[in-house]
Amino acid sequence: MNGYDFSFAGAQFTARPTGALWWPAQNALIVADLHLGKSARMARRGGGLLPPFEAQDTLHRLAQDVGATGAAQTILLGDTFDDDDAAGDVTVGPHWQRLQDMTQLVSISGNHDPAHGAPDVTLAGIALRHQAAPHCGPDISGHFHPKFKLAGRGYAAFLVGRDHLILPAFGTYTGGLDAHSPVLTGLVGPGLAILTGRVARAVPYGAVRPAARGNA
Amino acid sequence: MTLPPPVQDWFAAQGWQPHPHQIALAGTDCDTLLIAPTGGGKTLAGFLRSLCDLQQPFAGLHTLYVSPLKALTHDIARNLARPVAGLGLDIRIEDRTGDTTATTRARQRVDPPHILLTTPESLALMLSYPEAPRIFGTLRRVVIDEIHALAESKRGDQLMLGLSRLRSLAPALTVTGLSATVENPPALAAFMGGAQIMHADPGPAPDIAMLPVTAPPPWSGAGGHYAARDVMRAIEGARMTLVFINTRAQAELFYQALWDVNDTNLPIGLHHSSLSRDVRTRAEAAMAAGQLRAMVCTGSLDLGIDWGDVDLVLQVGAPKNVKRLVQRIGRANHQYNTPSRARIVPTNRFEVLECVAALQAVAQGKLDGDPRPAGGLDVLCQHILLMACAGPFCSDTLFQEITRAGPYAHVTRAEFDACVEFCATGGYALRAYDRWQRLVLRGGLWQLRDPRAARDIRMNIGTITAPETLKVRRKGRGGMPLGEVDEGFAASLTPGDTFLIGGQTVRYDTLRDMVVEVTPQPARQPKIAVFGGFKMSTSTLLSDRVLALIGDPAQWGALPTATAQWLRLQAEISQLPQPGTLTCETYSRGGRAYFCLYGFAGYNAHQTLGLLLTRRMEAAGLGPLGFVATDYAVLIWSLDAVTDPAPLLDPNGLRDGLDDWLAENAVMKRSFRAVATIAGLIQRNLPGKRKTGKQATFSSDILYDTLRKYDPDHLLLRITRDQAAHGLVDFGRIEQMLRDRPRIVHTTCARVTPLAAPLMLEAGRVPIRGLGHERLLDEEAARMLADAGLA
Repeated sequence: MNGYDFSFAGAQFTARPTGALWWPAQNALIVADLHLGKSARMARRGGGLLPPFEAQDTLHRLAQDVGATGAAQTILLGDTFDDDDAAGDVTVGPHWQRLQDMTQLVSISGNHDPAHGAPDVTLAGIALRHQAAPHCGPDISGHFHPKFKLAGRGYAAFLVGRDHLILPAFGTYTGGLDAHSPVLTGLVGPGLAILTGRVARAVPYGAVRPAARGNA
Repeated sequence: MTLPPPVQDWFAAQGWQPHPHQIALAGTDCDTLLIAPTGGGKTLAGFLRSLCDLQQPFAGLHTLYVSPLKALTHDIARNLARPVAGLGLDIRIEDRTGDTTATTRARQRVDPPHILLTTPESLALMLSYPEAPRIFGTLRRVVIDEIHALAESKRGDQLMLGLSRLRSLAPALTVTGLSATVENPPALAAFMGGAQIMHADPGPAPDIAMLPVTAPPPWSGAGGHYAARDVMRAIEGARMTLVFINTRAQAELFYQALWDVNDTNLPIGLHHSSLSRDVRTRAEAAMAAGQLRAMVCTGSLDLGIDWGDVDLVLQVGAPKNVKRLVQRIGRANHQYNTPSRARIVPTNRFEVLECVAALQAVAQGKLDGDPRPAGGLDVLCQHILLMACAGPFCSDTLFQEITRAGPYAHVTRAEFDACVEFCATGGYALRAYDRWQRLVLRGGLWQLRDPRAARDIRMNIGTITAPETLKVRRKGRGGMPLGEVDEGFAASLTPGDTFLIGGQTVRYDTLRDMVVEVTPQPARQPKIAVFGGFKMSTSTLLSDRVLALIGDPAQWGALPTATAQWLRLQAEISQLPQPGTLTCETYSRGGRAYFCLYGFAGYNAHQTLGLLLTRRMEAAGLGPLGFVATDYAVLIWSLDAVTDPAPLLDPNGLRDGLDDWLAENAVMKRSFRAVATIAGLIQRNLPGKRKTGKQATFSSDILYDTLRKYDPDHLLLRITRDQAAHGLVDFGRIEQMLRDRPRIVHTTCARVTPLAAPLMLEAGRVPIRGLGHERLLDEEAARMLADAGLA
């Protein structure tokens, strides 16, 4: 496995290249921002009819991560559904059902799906919530969809600071926010960015600005 | 036909004699394609019949004029004012473009003018309103200006679909297309849906040559700075000069270089599409008022804006195709019976070859041009959605209607139905949207499920999918807007970087609310000058002529001494591309290995070849990182060098896996983005919408990947592949190249060779995300960790 091992708030984690976080001590897999049902929500609002395969694709990839880690529980850090209406459609589908047979799903609510799950859960003294709470760390969260630019291209990335660990968005239909945007640098502080891709790669984050280099 | 006496009197009062083609056109009720050189009184010819008809009172819209440029509509309004006043006509002439205010638009929908001047996009928008039948029902004449330019792109597809609707709404309609010289008039007439062809007297042959220069052009580069003084001298010797340059960045640089040698402070202006509208309008007004001696411009001034007094056209940089050169020459001297004067200024030695070849082609009256592909189905999808905005439609009737549009004459019913299905349900294998269809069938008519969707659909009108641009503004409250740059360019800037815009050097400060904020830095050399611009490709005819010229030293007498020397140097250091051989070179520079292949097979074939060769290099573990294609060559850079090109170029199995490899490539994703935007699957990024939650928007690449994985036969993927096969892939020419030139000549050189030097500076590089890129990522990550003291 091409994961990257690191410690945060005294616990050991593996950042998987897929964007999922593996917490061996808790036998838990953590993912954020699946945004299931995004295409359906856009269609309801009369917009373009996007390829309706994103829930299937996201859940398929998640099932692969669950299968690879054998996680007993899978914690969904909110915005699992693009809105609460989407939850109804998705949770009756075969892909969700199959996932439920493989692992125990623990839902945390997000701003897109406030009615779906608890606002937070605490494991080993670390809070798991949708959006990082300043000065209330240590916590593990999602919400921001961080992306980090390296060698001319942006990659969804984990951001690891002293008090906050922010996960990349796992959903297929998600964009990203530049990890260097002030809202993220201010929140996370100096630490590591771990980039997703073929392998998980760690680079310093926050303390030093990446020097401008020419494109490859 | 004889013109009505008041019109004859008006001509006489001007001291003019109507041209025979003007009289003939005024007298015909047949759809007509008029081919006339610029200055042939084309515009007046197009409107003469309308001016005759409108001597009688007329209620409603009589004439619709469509041009490719907003600027042209303003210009025509100005030019028509004179005959209209002279004839004492009591008529309203108005324009309707993206710049027209909302109140004026609303009034035009209720009370249209007699003559309406517009663009294809604004026409599409007006046709999407329920009032369209009432507005256009009275229409008698449609005049399409610069139809040759519109026919070159999907805008032409859209306009012809709009025209098919107009023909249904106003059956008495007569259509006139006005065109500059083209190589195949019958094809253009067929594009109009059939028309008689009328030729105006082409006038005297143009006076065209290379501009004499004091210093030889440099080996590479595209700025033309070396000739700034020579150009200045030519401007001094003329009344009014247009200086055409191929890209916006080059125009900026050359403009600055001209001012550096403008010792007598002649008024010289700058015009290109990255400048803000205010700046452009001011430049146009100064020129129209005769206040300028020269205007440095790009294709933004390519079309027939009537500048009257221009007596010299300078083309800086190779003209890329002969037809464009001839059309640009036509801009000089609108006096019909004196020859146009034009001078070409090549910017590097490669371009000298192209210029010489182009001059020979002009002298022989040879125009170039490839057959126009059939109308794009993505444009048809947009048209169907817009027709639904106008009101419920019957698919049988709409199908009949659209097949009267030239580009869609051969669309099958099955293709049309697939487009309707896409608009209605998305057309997916998985039927997910039965409850949320965009179009629904009620009582045999298709209509919008949610009428409010019409607003979004109208916002997405158009077929121009230029790169996203960001505004550039001076820092500070209410900072002056300076223009726009491509988003990719903006993303590459680091605070402190300097670049050129609007003829001045500015320093990049910050990006705020998607606006690039800058501070002027007078007297600083810009660090970066490239911010995109349109890439034009050289025609096949020119490429062939250039290869023949290089390969035949006996012809070098026609070349400037420096160019001939350059070719001799190439022959010394490496090899000259010869007919019958395939010449390639290997050299290294800056830690990268370069492989250059002189294919002379045209830009598209080289682009495909770049993809195929990098695929084989990837398999061979050479770590290809990217390539750039031109009309003459493809240049590939990699971590390890190519030592034996023969297996790379082996025709056997070259095509295997082509589709898969192509499908994964950035080039295809770029095409898909355009197709998906035009077809209405994704919304254009609209100004103002950009600020809201960036993490909510995601790249069209994701949609492309998802479709390929789950619905590979989807309509939009088929359209993308078809368009690539016509435009991007051109595999036939690669096979022909390998067949015609079986002997591979490979040279390993210590450094960049004379012929390859210009390629090093080409824009439009295609990155390869293979193992080479992974290696780079590792290196870059390691370096950052080391810099931070973490490794």
